[in-house]
Amino acid sequence: MLSTSGYRLFILVLLLLIGLSAVVALDSGAADISLVQAILDWLKGESSLASTVLTQIRFPRFCLAIIVGASLAIAGASMQMVLRNPLADPGILGVTSGAALGAVSVLYFGFAAAAWYYLPVAAIMGALISLCCVYVLAGLQASILALVLSGVAISSIAAALIAVALNFAPSFYAMQEIVFWLMGSLNNRHMDHLWIALPFCILGWICIFTRSRFLNALSLGEATAQSLGFHLQTERIILFFGVALSVGACVAVSGSIGFIGLIVPHILRPLVGYQPLRLLLASALTGALLLLWADVLVRHLDMARELKLGVVTSLLGAPFFLMLMIKSRSKWV
Amino acid sequence: MGINMQSESSTSLSLMAENVSLKKNQQTILSNIHLQISSGEFVGLIGPNGAGKSSLLKILAGLDSDFTGEVSLLSENKLSLKKMHRLQRAQQIAWLAQQDVPTWPLSVQHLVSLGRLPWSKNISQSSPADLQAIDAAIEQTDLQLLRQRSVLELSGGELQRVLLARVFAGEQPIILVDEPISALDPYHQLHVMELLTEKSKQRGMVCAALHDLNLAAGFCNRLVLLNHGQIVASGQPAEVLTPENLRQVYGIEAYVDCREEGVVIIPRKRVK
Repeated sequence: MLSTSGYRLFILVLLLLIGLSAVVALDSGAADISLVQAILDWLKGESSLASTVLTQIRFPRFCLAIIVGASLAIAGASMQMVLRNPLADPGILGVTSGAALGAVSVLYFGFAAAAWYYLPVAAIMGALISLCCVYVLAGLQASILALVLSGVAISSIAAALIAVALNFAPSFYAMQEIVFWLMGSLNNRHMDHLWIALPFCILGWICIFTRSRFLNALSLGEATAQSLGFHLQTERIILFFGVALSVGACVAVSGSIGFIGLIVPHILRPLVGYQPLRLLLASALTGALLLLWADVLVRHLDMARELKLGVVTSLLGAPFFLMLMIKSRSKWV
Repeated sequence: MGINMQSESSTSLSLMAENVSLKKNQQTILSNIHLQISSGEFVGLIGPNGAGKSSLLKILAGLDSDFTGEVSLLSENKLSLKKMHRLQRAQQIAWLAQQDVPTWPLSVQHLVSLGRLPWSKNISQSSPADLQAIDAAIEQTDLQLLRQRSVLELSGGELQRVLLARVFAGEQPIILVDEPISALDPYHQLHVMELLTEKSKQRGMVCAALHDLNLAAGFCNRLVLLNHGQIVASGQPAEVLTPENLRQVYGIEAYVDCREEGVVIIPRKRVK
C-alpha cells in the first residue's frame, strides 16, 4: 500500500500519463492530418480541414473518453463501498441497462430531438430506478449472490423492454442505429454530446466525493456508521443520486460501456488502500486513462467497420469478472 | 470540545430510559424498561438469548427510534436522545456492535481512526489531536505491534481489541457494547473486561451486554437482568444472581457461591 507521499506521486503520474495520452488520442483517427498543423491552424483561427477535425471530432471524443471513463470508475468504486461488495459495478447491477432503457425509449419515440435534456434525464431516471430496485432486492444483506442475481433480474427486464422497442422499430435502419448505440462507442460524437453529459457528470461526482467520510465509516457496517453520526438514508440517497447522474449522463452520450467500474477500483484497492477519497480520485484518473486507451486501440485496429468501444471493454472485463467470481467463491452465500 | 466533555463528565452525566417499549411485527421485544446508568458505573446487561439485550442497547445508543417512551441524557438539564442532533449524539455515545466484522482489509490504524469521525472535519487527513487519541487507544489495547496489519488477518481476540480501540479513540463519555467477549478465550475475555472497567472509571460509563455470568459478576458494579423484554432484577451482582432468578430466567439449577472475592456461579442442570 502506498504512503501519503507515494500516493501523491501516483496521482501525479496518472495525470502526466493522461496528458501524454492526449497527444496520442488527438493524433489518432481516420482522417490523415498532422496534429501540429491542426493546432497551429486552430491557434491562428484558420478553419482548415485539420483544425476542424481536431476541434470538432477528436477533441470532443478525447474529452468524452475522459469523463465517461472517470464516471464509470467512480460509480463502480462508490457502489462497491456502499453495498460493501467488491463485485458491484454499474454494468453488472443493471444500472447501465436501466439507463440504456431510459435512453432507448426516448430515442425510439423521437423525443430526443425535442429538447437537449430529454435524453440524459431519461437515462438518469432509468439508472436511478434500477439502482433502487437492486438496493431493495439485495442491498440489505451484503450477500454477493443476492446482489449479482438482482443485477441479472434488473438487466433482463431492461433487456426485454429494449427488445420490445427493437422489435417494433419503424425501420431496419432505426433498429441498426439503436443496436450500434447500445454497444457503446465514442465515434461521431460532437461538442454537443460533451455539453449534455458534462454538467450531470460533475454534479454526480460532487455528490459522490462529498460522501467520502460516510463511505469511510461504512466499512464497519451501517449501524456503526449511524452511531458515528451519519444519517443513513440521506447519505445513501445522495450517493445513489450521484451514481445515477453520472452513469445515466454517460450512457446517454456513449451507450453502454461495461466493466470499467468493476476492473479499475479492484486493481487500485490494494495499491492505494481503503481510504474512500483516495480510492475515488485514483479510480477516476485510472478509469479515464483506461477508456482513453481502449478508444485509441479501437481507432488503430484496421477494420472495415470500427470495433465498438463497449465491445472492447466487455472483452477485457468479462473474463476479469469471471476470475473475481471464482476467487470469491467461498464468500458467495 | 475535549475540555467541554471533561467538565460534563465531572458534573455527573447519566443516561436514562423511561418506560421504553419496543414492538416489531406485532411482537413485543421490550416493555416498560426503566433504567438509569450514571458516570463511573460499569453496568452488565444479562439475560438469555432473545431477551432484548441488543435491542435495548441500540435504543440507548439512539440507533433505533421506533420505540415508545423516552431515552435522555441527564447532566445539568435533561436532553431527549430523539431531539439531539445526530453528530452531538455521536460525540456523547459510542456503540460497539456484536461481531462487527469489517468489510475491507483495512489496516488496524485505519480502523481505529474511524472512531475519530464524529470529531474530524477533514476527510482524508487526521489532525494532531486525532493522531494522539488514536495512538493512546492503540497503546491502551496493546496493539502497537499490529498497527499496520490488515484487520481481516487478526485472531478473534485481536480483532475485538481493535474494535474496542476504535471506540476508545473517541471521546464519548458513554460506551455501549454488545457482547464484547462471547467469542474470546479466557485470557482475552479478562483483558477486554479489564479495559472496559478502566474506561468506566476514566471516562464515564460503560454498559455491556454479557453472557458470561461469572465475568459479569466479577467486573460490573451493577447487573441488569432482562427476560422477555422486561427487567426482572437490577442491582449488585449478588442480589441479581440468585438461584431463584437463575432458575426462573435461565431455566437452570445453579450453584451460587457469594464470597468476598465475588460471586461464583456453576450451572448444574436444566430445570425440567
